[in-house]
Amino acid sequence: MSEKDNFEPVIVGFLCNWCSYRAADLAGTSRIKMPPNVRDIRVMCTGRLDPVFVLKALREGADGVLVMGCHPGQCHYVEGNYKTMRRMALLKRTLRQFGLEDERVRLEWASAAEGPKFAATVTQMTETIRELGPLNWKQLLGGNGHFRPVLEPELEEVAA
Amino acid sequence: MMGEKIGVYVCHCGSNIAGKVDVEEVARWAADLTNVEVSRHYEFMCSSLGQELVENDIQEKGLTRVVVAACSPHMHERTFRGACARAGLNPYLFEMANVREHDSWIHDEPVQATNKAKALVSAAVHRVTYHEPLEPMQAKINPATLVVGGGVAGIQAALEIAEAGYPVYLVEREPSIGGHMAQLDKTFPTLDCSACILTPKMFDAGNHPNITLLSYSEVEGVDGYVGNFTVTIRKKARFVNEELCTGCGICTEKCPKRVIDGVFEAGLGYRKAIYRPFPQAVPKYPVIDAESCIYFERGKCKACQMFCPTEAIDFEQEDGIVTVEVGNVILATGYDLFDTRKIPQYGYGRLANVFTSLEFERMVNAAGPTAGSIVLRDGVTTPGSVAIVHCVGSRDKNYHEYCSKICCMYSLKFAHLVHERLPGTEVYNFYIDMRTPGKGYEEFYHRLLEEGTHFIRGRVAEITDAVRRPGEEGKIIVQAEDTLMGAQRRIPVDMVILSPAIQARHDASHVAHLFGISCSHDNWLIEKHPKLDPVATMTDGIFIAGCVQGPKDIPDSVAQGAAAAARVLGLITQGEVELEPVRAIIDEERCSGCRICNNMCPYHAIDFIEDPGVSRVNPALCKGCGTCVAACPSGVVTGAHFSNEQIMAEIEGILVSLDGKEPIPEVEALTA
Repeated sequence: MSEKDNFEPVIVGFLCNWCSYRAADLAGTSRIKMPPNVRDIRVMCTGRLDPVFVLKALREGADGVLVMGCHPGQCHYVEGNYKTMRRMALLKRTLRQFGLEDERVRLEWASAAEGPKFAATVTQMTETIRELGPLNWKQLLGGNGHFRPVLEPELEEVAA
Repeated sequence: MMGEKIGVYVCHCGSNIAGKVDVEEVARWAADLTNVEVSRHYEFMCSSLGQELVENDIQEKGLTRVVVAACSPHMHERTFRGACARAGLNPYLFEMANVREHDSWIHDEPVQATNKAKALVSAAVHRVTYHEPLEPMQAKINPATLVVGGGVAGIQAALEIAEAGYPVYLVEREPSIGGHMAQLDKTFPTLDCSACILTPKMFDAGNHPNITLLSYSEVEGVDGYVGNFTVTIRKKARFVNEELCTGCGICTEKCPKRVIDGVFEAGLGYRKAIYRPFPQAVPKYPVIDAESCIYFERGKCKACQMFCPTEAIDFEQEDGIVTVEVGNVILATGYDLFDTRKIPQYGYGRLANVFTSLEFERMVNAAGPTAGSIVLRDGVTTPGSVAIVHCVGSRDKNYHEYCSKICCMYSLKFAHLVHERLPGTEVYNFYIDMRTPGKGYEEFYHRLLEEGTHFIRGRVAEITDAVRRPGEEGKIIVQAEDTLMGAQRRIPVDMVILSPAIQARHDASHVAHLFGISCSHDNWLIEKHPKLDPVATMTDGIFIAGCVQGPKDIPDSVAQGAAAAARVLGLITQGEVELEPVRAIIDEERCSGCRICNNMCPYHAIDFIEDPGVSRVNPALCKGCGTCVAACPSGVVTGAHFSNEQIMAEIEGILVSLDGKEPIPEVEALTA
C-alpha cells in the first residue's frame, strides 16, 4: 500500500456560531454519518476569520481548511460572510502562488437547518483532500518562511 | 498562562458518547497535556453530581481553568459556566469540547471517534489556557414591547402583556387586525363561529389603554439589542384622519369605484376604493386604496370627502414614520397560502369551478360575498357533488415536503359544511393520509365518516373537463388512484375545492434579516430550540409566535402567542439582563487611527475619536462578531473570548499529533 492509500487527511473546519456550527449540531442530532477528518473550531462569525488562521492551520499540519458560514444575505451579523468572501478570494490567490492546490481551502455555506448539507460538504471535502494527498507545507515553504517553488525534477538538477 | 491548573472532564452521556468514544482513554490521554492538573470521566457531567465534581475540584485542587468534553456548547455551556461560578471561578475560564454532536453521533468507527475526541479536548485545553476572566454586561429592559402581526397569535401576545400592565405597540400591515382567522367561517372541530370568538379579542386589543395599535403600518428598521431596541415603523397614508373619523361608513357607501377584493374576500367579492376590509374591522377607520381611487387616477371625484360629516378625508396625507423604543419584540407575521396555479394539472384559474380553500371559506361565511350559500362560479347553481383535494402543494417533493398540519381538519370541516348546507350533495375527500391529531379532532373525522363523506385514499393526478366516459359531460373530473382499492378512479363532480399548503410569508426572509434572526430552507423562522424553547430565537429579545414558525392551527397559535408574552413578561419583571461580554476592544495606545475598522462594523459601533486620533468601540452597540478584529492591520483590536491568542492556541491544540509522528518543529510565529 502506498502512503496515499493510508492517508487520513486532517482538515480544520472554521464554523460560525449561528449557522454552520448549528448545522453541524443538527447533523449530530440527526445522526447523519460523515468521515471524522474535519475538526471544528467555532468562531462567532466567519467575519472573525483572520486569513492568518488558515495559514496557521496549514502550517501546523492541516491538509485542508474548510470555512463555513451563513448563506449570503443571512449572516447573523448582517454581512460578515461577505467580508469573508473577499478575504478568502485574496487568500486563495496568495496560496495559489505558494503552489497550494485551490481545493485545499474551501468556503461553503450552511444554514442552521442544513445538517445534511453540512455532512455532504464534510464528506466531499474529505474525499477531495484524500485525492490530493498530504500537504507538504515544509517542502512548499522551505521551512524558513521563504517561498520555494516546487521544481520539476529536470529543473532540480539544473538548479543543483 | 503557564502554571495554570486545568481540570478536564469527559462525559459519557450514558452511551451517547461512551458508546463510540473510549472516554476513559481520552481522560487518561488528556492528563498528560500541558497544565492539566486533573482529568476525569463521568457518566453524566450535566447531572448535579457531575457539576459538583467540577466544583469540588476547583475548591480542593485550586483549578484555574475547566474543560468539559460533552455535548454542544449550545446545550450545556451555560450549565458548566454556572458550576464554575458557584465554586468561585470566573465562568469565562471554562471551555467546552463538543464530542457528542460533532463526534460520537456522526462517526461509526470507535478508534477514529476517540482520536477526534482527543483532538477536540486538546484544542479546548490549549484554548482555555489563554482565557481571561470576563464580567457580563448588564442591560436594562425597556418595559414596552413590539408585536409585529395582528393575527390571532399577535393579538393574544399583545393582550397578555397589556393585561399585565405594560405598554405594547401592535403593528399590522393590513388596514385591520384579525389576520387569517377573521376570514374564516367556522373553526374546527367545535364549529365555533370564527368571527364571534375573534372579534371580542380584536376589540379588546384595539381599545386597551396599554396597546398602541399601528395598523396599515410596516416595520422598516430595527436597531439595538435585548432590552433596548429602536424600531422605525412606516405608517402608510390612509388618507383618512383618524382623529376626526367616526367610522360611520358613509364614505364607503358613496364611493363610486368598485374593485375586486383580492385580500380579504380572496378575489370572490368586491370592495370600494375607500373601504374597511370587513364590518368588524379594528380600527374602524377606512383606508383609501390610492391605486384604484378615481381622484388619485384622474384628479376628480372626491365623493367621500363631500359626504364625510366630520371632514376626515385628507387626500394630502403622507406616509408617517414612527420611531418607538421597546425592550422586546414578538414576531407573529403568519403565513401565505400556497399558490394553487403552480400545479397546472389541478386546473385552478382554468376551470371555473375549481376553488381554493380560502375562496370556499369566504363563500360559506354568512358575511361573505355569497351570504353563505355554496354556489358555483356563476353565482346561482348549487353543486350536486363536491370534491375536496387535500395536500395541494404539501407533502410533495416538487413544492413543500412538509405536512401543512391543518389541511386535513379544515377539509373535513368543509365536507361537514357542505353536508349541512346542501343535504344530499355527494362529497369526496381525496387524501393521502388522514392526519387528525388534536383534542376532539379524530372524533370529528368519525363524525364525517358517519355523515356519509366518501373518503378516497390517493393523491389526485389530474382535474380536467376532458370527457372520456358517458356521464362526465359538463362535469369536472377528478382522477386519482384509489390506493385502498388499487384502481384508477375518475369521479365527475360539479365543484372542486383545493386545500393548499400554508407556506412562509413571501417576505419572511426579509423580516428575519430585519430582526437579525434566521429562517429554515422553507423560510419558516427558526426557534431557539425546537422542543424546549419554541418561541425564543437565537437573538435575545426577539420572540416568535404562530405560523411564522411553522404550520399551526388556532389553538397552537394562541398558545404560542401567550407563551411568547410570558417570556417577554419574565424579562420585563427581571428589569435587567446579562449580556455576553463577547465584545471588541481597541488598544488605543497602539491604534494608528487608520479607520479601517470603522467601515467594517455592520452596527456602526466603532467611532473615530478626533482628539487622540484613535478608534473606539461603543460596547453597547458592539455585538461581538469580530469582523473588525480580523480586519485591523495593526492587530490592536481584541475580540474578548475570541482573541487571536485563543484561536491560535486552539488551532495548535486541534492539530495535535495523534499517530505518534513527530510534531512540526516550531518556526517563528505567524501571528500578526
